[in-house]
Parts: sequence; structure tokens; C-alpha cells
Amino acid sequence: MSDLTDLTMVEAKALMDKKELSPIELTERYIKAAERGQKATNAFVTPTFDRAIDAAKASQARYEAGQAGPMDGLPIAMKDLYCTKGVRTTACSKILANYVPQYESTVSQNLADAGAITLGKVALDEFAMGSSTTTSAFDPVVSPWSGPEPEKAARKLVPGGSSGGSSAAVCGRFAMGATGTDTGGSIRQPAAITGIVGIKPTYGRCSRYGIIAYASSLDQAGAMARTVGDAALMLRTMAGYDPKDSTSVNVPVPDYMAALGQSVKGMKIGIPREYRIDGLPEEIAKIWDNGAQMLRDAGAETVDISLPHTKYALPTYYIIAPAEASSNLARYDGVRFGLRVEGESLADMYDNTRGEGFGVEVRRRILMGTYVLSAGYYDAYYRKAQRVRRLIRNDFLKAFEQCDTILTPPSPSTAFAIGENEDDPIKMYLEDVFTVTLNLAGLPGIVVPMQLCANGLPMGLQLIGKPFDETTLFKTASALESAAGFNGKPPFVG
Amino acid sequence: MTIDVKTARHISTLARLKIPEDQLPAVANDLSKILAWVGMLDELDVTGIEPLANVNDGHLGWREQDVVTDGGQAQAVLANAPSQKADFFTVPKVVE
Repeated sequence: MSDLTDLTMVEAKALMDKKELSPIELTERYIKAAERGQKATNAFVTPTFDRAIDAAKASQARYEAGQAGPMDGLPIAMKDLYCTKGVRTTACSKILANYVPQYESTVSQNLADAGAITLGKVALDEFAMGSSTTTSAFDPVVSPWSGPEPEKAARKLVPGGSSGGSSAAVCGRFAMGATGTDTGGSIRQPAAITGIVGIKPTYGRCSRYGIIAYASSLDQAGAMARTVGDAALMLRTMAGYDPKDSTSVNVPVPDYMAALGQSVKGMKIGIPREYRIDGLPEEIAKIWDNGAQMLRDAGAETVDISLPHTKYALPTYYIIAPAEASSNLARYDGVRFGLRVEGESLADMYDNTRGEGFGVEVRRRILMGTYVLSAGYYDAYYRKAQRVRRLIRNDFLKAFEQCDTILTPPSPSTAFAIGENEDDPIKMYLEDVFTVTLNLAGLPGIVVPMQLCANGLPMGLQLIGKPFDETTLFKTASALESAAGFNGKPPFVG
Repeated sequence: MTIDVKTARHISTLARLKIPEDQLPAVANDLSKILAWVGMLDELDVTGIEPLANVNDGHLGWREQDVVTDGGQAQAVLANAPSQKADFFTVPKVVE
């Protein structure tokens, strides 16, 4: 028999429904994988294996009573940005290193209510600001795609970011799926460079309640998994209106699973010419062309479209996101929770706490945000960026008059080494050139793994959908998944 | 737009975030580079374009009623406090 970690969530669920597999057996296998995974990658900030065993026993009882939920007994990893009641939640920042939430985020509660079993809290870039998971205040996460020893000792690869602990755990097969959050590409870039599926739904689809805020008008929860079907199962469970989040939208959540395997015949797939940027590696351009061909072979039609303001998206993001971050992160003042570093006066205490508590990238964004919101610069930077943001959204709305979904590359490069791209902040920011546009426009996007590149590392493709049309994304992604038949496995698997 | 050390110091004061003097030149340099890069937006004429703050403007309703649904949990609220006394957070003395 093949290993239990080879099963998808959908397959494992079916076996448990037939009583051919028990949640305890599955969870124990995953804890073993996670222990090995932790040694190889540092993906966990706080493992919660004991809780997982207890949860597996409760799950077992529900199966026996015929009351199993849609994700009952499936072991997952939780990004350490979701507040979990009674379990340390750090955002990978020194300022929250000992923070134990007294309440549970809505999305993690939805997963628990559906029976999902959390193996632990996994790493991210500090406050989700980064594309490598190296801005974490804890040990950097080493991608399971880093070569076997002795190659690995010489060149450790990043798992992407900010949801890098999530991508490492899923691609390294020591969690069946993982939660992520995506403000500028933090689900889709790590998914693309680790060979897994990642979906960022429409802004407002998932509740942000209890997710530590970075940039509130851009942040959105999403799912990371090994297959499109697993991502559909997971997002269906996570999503839904929540009165506790005033930006969550009260529309029904469709059964995404029903979209899988549906025909894409007659669909129109937009190919935006502005995404063929200078310096796009030929191999990635080729994967993009191949993906378009696969969809044509399946009966869809490709249409050239234009998104003329694409090149302004990153600069717009790097005004709006830091502005919102500087405001959101004002709450870390050493008074109510988190680190306190004493000072001679109250003001000194604030200065010292924040000076010592935040890492370099977070500090940079707080300062940048403070500047663009300060008197005299607000209109020139922040207001202007909000106006450009509308132009970017309008580009998409206009393009969607000609097509049903848009196909693009998700990332300009395969996984890079830990320490690379760190000499100049803008270099790291460019990692999000293909993903950030969706956050500004509030649109859903999914990344599907396509193939291994000549360097042996995976690369995927991104599909962009109309607002609240994740169903079309799952349908199209499932067609791409079948055509691509990706089966790459990293050198390390749990 | 270039940020000099004096401006960087001023921003750090506004942000209530202490930066050691010896790090200010590097911070100023990073911010200057980023500002020069985002200056790309000056190429665009956005006259008459309405700023976009929330992508779901049209979908969001008003809260129908504002009722108290929670409370009376002082110990939970204080559970992570760095310093507390009775049911209060404590801070360095502000009034002489």
C-alpha cells in the first residue's frame, strides 16, 4: 500500500467515511511526518501535536456516531497569523513572541467546526511582510525543495512568503493542507515556487476576524493544498459571511467541489499582454504558452487582453499597504499585550518597545506608511495611490467584458536561496509583480502547479477570476491540473 | 523626493519607533530609494478619478443594530498585559 501521506484530503476523507482509515491513524502518521519536517525545514513556530491527538480522538468519535464534518480528521497546518485561543500566536514577530490569544479567529474556528485537525502554527514573514519567510523573527524556513545533502548545506532555498511555513508543510507532505493569508501574493507566490495549489479568494469572501492585520483593505485568508480539489474543499469550509468582520460580504458560498472536472469548452481565457514583462525567463513564458494551449485543447478560446496599468500596481501597493500597516501596527505599544521595553516616560516606553519589537522590514514599512500619511504628503502619495488603485480595478472589470478568466504567470522566478534578494528591498518587492494586482482589485486568484523547470524546481500558473467567481477558477484550474499532470515531489518529504 | 537623516528621525518620532542614530543613514537611504521608485505614479494623470478605499463598496450594508454581545471578561482582556493592577493596565506615570 502507498504511504498515507500520498493521499489527498478528498481521498482520505472518503476512506474515513468508509471506516477504512481512522483519523487517529492518519493524524499519528502526520505527526511523525511533521516531526521529521520540523527538523528539515523549521516550518513550525509552535507545534500542537498533543492537541492534535486529542482532536483526532474526538474526530474518531464523530465518525463512529455518524456525525463527521466535511473536513473531519484531516490534519492541516495553521499560519501563525490566525489567532488561536490558548495557543501562542506570534505573527513571527518579537513583539508578539509570547502572545496567547483569548479568542479564536473565525476561519480557524470554521475549520475546527468542520473537524479539521491542526498540527500546529507555521511560520511566515514577520506580520506577513515578505516573499521569503526570512523576515521572521525566528529561524528561517528551509524549503523541502532544497537539494538533498550535501547540496542543501550549501544552498538552502526559500519556500516563498509570506505563507512559507504553510507551503513548506504542504509540499513536504507533513500537512495535508494549510491556511495562508494573501495581501500582495503571500499565498500564490509560495504555492507557485513549491509546486502546490494556492487560492486567494475575493476580498470579503473569508472573515478577517482574528487574523492579525497587515493591510486591512488587501488582506484575505485562503487555502493551500496539493490538489485543486483539496483547495476547493478547504476554501468551502473557511469561507462565509461573518458579522464580526464588517468587510466580509453576505453572499452564499457555492459548493466549489461541484465545479471540478466541468468542461471549459467555449470559455474565454484572457491573456494579458502587459504580463509579458522585460526579463521574464523564457522558461516561465513557455509554461504560460503551454498552459494557454492546454486550455485551448480542452475547448476554451484564448483572447488577447490589455491591463494597461499593470506596471503601476507594485508602486501603488507599496504606498497603500505600508500606510495601512503603519495604522494597524500602532496598536503594538507595550500597554495591552505583547512586548514592553521600559523607558523613562510613557513616550520612551512606546519608542523603545516598538524600536526593539519590530524587525527591519516591518520597521521600513511602518516608516514608509507614516511618511505617506503625514501632513503635506497625504494627497501626493496616499490619495494618488488610491486613485491609481481604481484605474487598476477598472482595467480588470473592462477586461472581464471580453473573457471569463485570465491566465498569467504567478511569479517571475523559481525558488531562490535564503539570503538572496536581500541587498535591496525593491528586488524582493518585485517577486509580487504578477500577484499584487489582484489584491488591489479585490479579485480571486488561484495558482496551479504545472511542471519542473530545468533547474529541477517547480513553477505554476495563475488564474484570475471575476469578483466572487471562485467557481470558474476551480473549474478552469481543475482542467489545467488534469492537462499538466504535475507529480513533482521535493527531495524532502515527511 | 529624498529623505535625509533629519526627516528619517522625524518620521521615526511620528511612528513612535526608536531607531539608533547609527542606523538612520541606511534607513533614510532605503526610504529614498522606495520613494523614488513609487514616484513612477507621477507619470499618470488621475484628475477626476475617485479614490478607491474598499473594493466591495457596493456590497457592504450598515449594521442593523448596535448591541452589546460580549463583555465582563476583564481577566481575559488583561491576560496578555505586560503590566496590570487590579482590573487595569498600568503605564509609566504621565502626570507629575
